[in-house]
Amino acid sequence: MKLNFTLFSLLILIASPVWSQIDTTTLKSVSTTPGLVGDTSSLLPDIDIFEFDQPDYVNSTFKGNRIINSQSIEMMGKQNLDFRISHRFGAINSGAYDLFGLDQAYQRMSFTYGISDLVNVEIGRSSVNKVYDGTLKFKLMRQVVKDKKRPVSIVFLSNIAVNSIKISDPNQSPYPFTNRLFYTHQLLIARKFNKHFSLQLMPTVLHRNFIENSQYKNTTFNLGIGGRNKISKKTAITYEYFYVLPNQINEVNKNSLSLGVDIETGGHVFQLHLTNSLGMNEFLFLNETNGDWLKGGIHFGFNISRVFYIGR
Amino acid sequence: MKLKIVSLLLLSFVLNFSIEAQTYFTKTGTIKFESKTKLEDIKAENRKVLSVLNTSTGALSFTLLMKAFDFPNKIMQDHFNESYAESDLYPKASFAGSISNIKQIDFTKNGTYTANFTGQLTIKNVTKTISDQATIVVKDGKISATSKIKVKPADYNFKIPAPVVGKIADELDVFIQLNYEQKK
Repeated sequence: MKLNFTLFSLLILIASPVWSQIDTTTLKSVSTTPGLVGDTSSLLPDIDIFEFDQPDYVNSTFKGNRIINSQSIEMMGKQNLDFRISHRFGAINSGAYDLFGLDQAYQRMSFTYGISDLVNVEIGRSSVNKVYDGTLKFKLMRQVVKDKKRPVSIVFLSNIAVNSIKISDPNQSPYPFTNRLFYTHQLLIARKFNKHFSLQLMPTVLHRNFIENSQYKNTTFNLGIGGRNKISKKTAITYEYFYVLPNQINEVNKNSLSLGVDIETGGHVFQLHLTNSLGMNEFLFLNETNGDWLKGGIHFGFNISRVFYIGR
Repeated sequence: MKLKIVSLLLLSFVLNFSIEAQTYFTKTGTIKFESKTKLEDIKAENRKVLSVLNTSTGALSFTLLMKAFDFPNKIMQDHFNESYAESDLYPKASFAGSISNIKQIDFTKNGTYTANFTGQLTIKNVTKTISDQATIVVKDGKISATSKIKVKPADYNFKIPAPVVGKIADELDVFIQLNYEQKK
């Protein structure tokens, strides 16, 4: 400690004459040309020794607060409201009679509001299982350009979903309300590697209060990965995949895989995609995905988002 | 702990060499711009502008991060940074110039002065010479400078795509407010 200190003060003592020398030379050059219009060369080194108060935060890691089904690290700014409509059609392998799924349509509507740039609240309602849900989303870290200490953006979110569908089976009556609840806790860790490529990891814990068979787990652990590759100024390819850790859910259910395209127009973002998940709530697409990509169990879908500023 | 305090003191001592007494600076200058059209009004504000003013030579400069422009509507901010300003490629805008009538301004006396400034404004790597007037107020050793300039986005390589032509004004009103502190 003592040695360190001595070394440090020595270093300062050695360094300080050098600094002051550089400075006096620049000052001299100023005094020889007083008030000369346009001569600011002497000032520029000065301004460069200051640092901006605000770090250079990375922006547009993703377009909008969903990659496809999953949440992204993007947040609504303070007093910004996002109105989002998500549609999923029936499975493509349902055949020509159903026009490859287009005859069936499911949707989720949601509002996401920015309490601050770092805290968002969302409410949604989906026609699949008539689910109401609420989400709180917190940004814990923002990626900063060329900052080794802040290489990623991190978001934590917590979601509660209520399945409000009528249970017709008399054996299950009365159906307790608590059986209808689902909880999702998710960490989103994303990095924008360059202006064309962003990647996000999504470790997720899901809790289902009620499951049909006790050999499955109420609490499941899942790992998701999602990404976005820009292919032009206004369009990007998106993809996401969720891996459910083994021996937790019914073997007939599949891992969720989705591929999509983001298209930006003035104030809207359109997301078109193909996915083997019908549900748009975490508990549905993570643990109750039925479609098999190889057998055509794919749903066409789209998300439309419009952001309003509702301050002042 | 002790080490930290001592080294901080030493460091500030060293830094003082580089900033002379007649140098005034701010890290919290404000630059706002407004675009007014029949279709849409757009406003953005940057409150983290760095600026240095040398009261003996009249040299004046400022620099700012494009991403620090705060738009009420964050989608607009995204579009501004990604499509118009291309902030990843051109993160900073800067001005370097001087006040030509610096001798007529008495920084030791309270009062309001008009300053004529000329210099190079650089946005998106395009540099143009601008000259305009600023109002300088001296009050109890504190200096504040305000100015309103006009900037044409097209001059600085801002490309406005067809769908939003008419929503972004050809000429922006830019308001500059710099409250300097003396660096002692």
